[in-house]
Amino acid sequence: MSLSRGLRAALLAITVLVLVVVYTPLALVVLNSFNVDRTFAWPPKDFTTHWWDAAIHSTGARSALWTSVEVALAATAVALVLGTLAGLALRKTRFFGRNVVSLVILLPIALPGIVTGIALSNAFTTVLGVELSLFTIIIAHATFCIVTVFNNVQARLQRLGGNMEQASMDLGAGPLTTFRLVTFPMLRSALLAGALLSFGLSFDEIVVTTFTASPRDQTLPLWIFQNLFRPNQGPVVNVVAAVLVLFSVIPIYLAQRLSGSTAEGLTGAR
Amino acid sequence: MSTAIALRGLSKHFDEVRAVDDLDLEIADGEFFSMLGPSGSGKTTVLRLIAGFEQPTSGTITLDGEDVSSRPPFARDVNTVFQDYAIFPHMSVRQNVEYGLRVKKVPRADRRRRAEEALATVRLEGYGERRPNQLSGGQRQRVALARALVNRPKVLLLDEPLGALDLKLRREMQIELKEIQRDVGITFVFVTHDQEEALTMSDRIAVFNEGRIEQLATPVELYEAPASAFVAGFVGTSNLLAGDVARSLVGAEGTFVIRPEKVAMSAPEAAPPAGPSTCVARGVVREVVYLGATTHSVVHLDAGVTLTVSHQNTDRSIDAALERRDQPVVLTWQRDHLVSLGGPGPDPVASPEEETA
Repeated sequence: MSLSRGLRAALLAITVLVLVVVYTPLALVVLNSFNVDRTFAWPPKDFTTHWWDAAIHSTGARSALWTSVEVALAATAVALVLGTLAGLALRKTRFFGRNVVSLVILLPIALPGIVTGIALSNAFTTVLGVELSLFTIIIAHATFCIVTVFNNVQARLQRLGGNMEQASMDLGAGPLTTFRLVTFPMLRSALLAGALLSFGLSFDEIVVTTFTASPRDQTLPLWIFQNLFRPNQGPVVNVVAAVLVLFSVIPIYLAQRLSGSTAEGLTGAR
Repeated sequence: MSTAIALRGLSKHFDEVRAVDDLDLEIADGEFFSMLGPSGSGKTTVLRLIAGFEQPTSGTITLDGEDVSSRPPFARDVNTVFQDYAIFPHMSVRQNVEYGLRVKKVPRADRRRRAEEALATVRLEGYGERRPNQLSGGQRQRVALARALVNRPKVLLLDEPLGALDLKLRREMQIELKEIQRDVGITFVFVTHDQEEALTMSDRIAVFNEGRIEQLATPVELYEAPASAFVAGFVGTSNLLAGDVARSLVGAEGTFVIRPEKVAMSAPEAAPPAGPSTCVARGVVREVVYLGATTHSVVHLDAGVTLTVSHQNTDRSIDAALERRDQPVVLTWQRDHLVSLGGPGPDPVASPEEETA
């Protein structure tokens, strides 16, 4: 496709503008983590690593980070098991109400977080009599983390069709061997991509977490939100944010590499 | 010769649709057997029933004397070559071919040797380490074949395996498949909608229509003596003479088939006289279709029916044939080349008027 010179220049300008709008504030976060001024005065008078030092030694930030990692890992594990099973079940059998079940699984990600949060909080404390804890956060997060795994599994299964498994059975493999040698290896990259997304969703969730966490449990987003407006903590929060920006690049990069290589590996199936 | 597969009263209904309708069939050991029919005629369903991917509504499937009707696919001594090959994309060619032996716990050295043999059979020596996405369509087809043959099944099921290949490759593979089948001596059950493919390779052909076998015969019988208007129309081009047309041209009641290459065309002045063994009919050439090796002329007869006439382009110049459009001609054919389908009326789906439409 060849574009006229003017159109190409215009497209380039728009692309640059969008990238600047998105990335300048993020760059500012990183830059401000070295700003001497507590209130982020601009332009910075001088640079310091003092805030980074403070953040590293902040027990609040560190324990919040571990809480978040714990919750995200656990929620992702639950989502992986249930999402895969749901994806497999909804493909193999064509029962009445199949689409309804599919919709019911997908719904939590579309519901406003505040509704999910209030509903779950109510259900936990009044109906089920479960005290709010890490456990309740994990369950709450799993409700929408399942969706990412389920979606990935379903898309992959649809793309592969059922013939690979039939071929495996035809060659003498029972259902379990077929899952181990054929179905699971072909789902693996879809599961990993789903897990990365699920981890990301859980890691930065704040609305549902607010309602399902006990006052003792503080995930990183909750900690940031509570410390943001404390004058003493501002710069430290900024450092934590800068670290998060750098760290979130890694899973995105991995997910991209992964989907690139699977697209290549799957052309053999066509 | 012993029986490899026997189907008794086999039926498969999907809700109201009778995909396979009370089928009885015996396939002999070592036979190249084809199931030919249009899409939706039930031929693929029969294959899937034999493989075990579908459960019959009623009837039994006997494989080498054993009733396997209710066994799962992995407990039947048959292997399938799928239409889309279904090669495992995450395994190398060798791993694909070894798969059946691996799940049956054949020792590594043994299965490696047998995989090499199978790859040699399909002329893919040295391709073991390739990935499926590095292969062409024809090579993938061979891998699928090797993956099935390596297990030395009682019966090999092939579900339109040549459908995705281009014409030249398809012709080559037809001959090669036949050679491989002769070499390994395994019973092949081949599903296709391509009549030429079926005629080329098969020992016997079953023509399917609406879940039933319309005719079961050798390729020669099928072509020279079709049992019904459906078979005559599906296998090769055919001209159907029925009702008044049959009465006036053949002088007999019933429905008759005459193949295009058995009809001769000449100018009216050069026409031979009608005789006890020769039929003669006058008409006008409506269309001339040049096909390379042959030319088809579509002739509308005065008797009210349109016939297709085929002649070999043996002369270097075929201009004479091409110039005949809209010219009056005379068609002649031997009376004993007519195939009587019996019955008073023709099958409505293959009435002469519709066939020429």
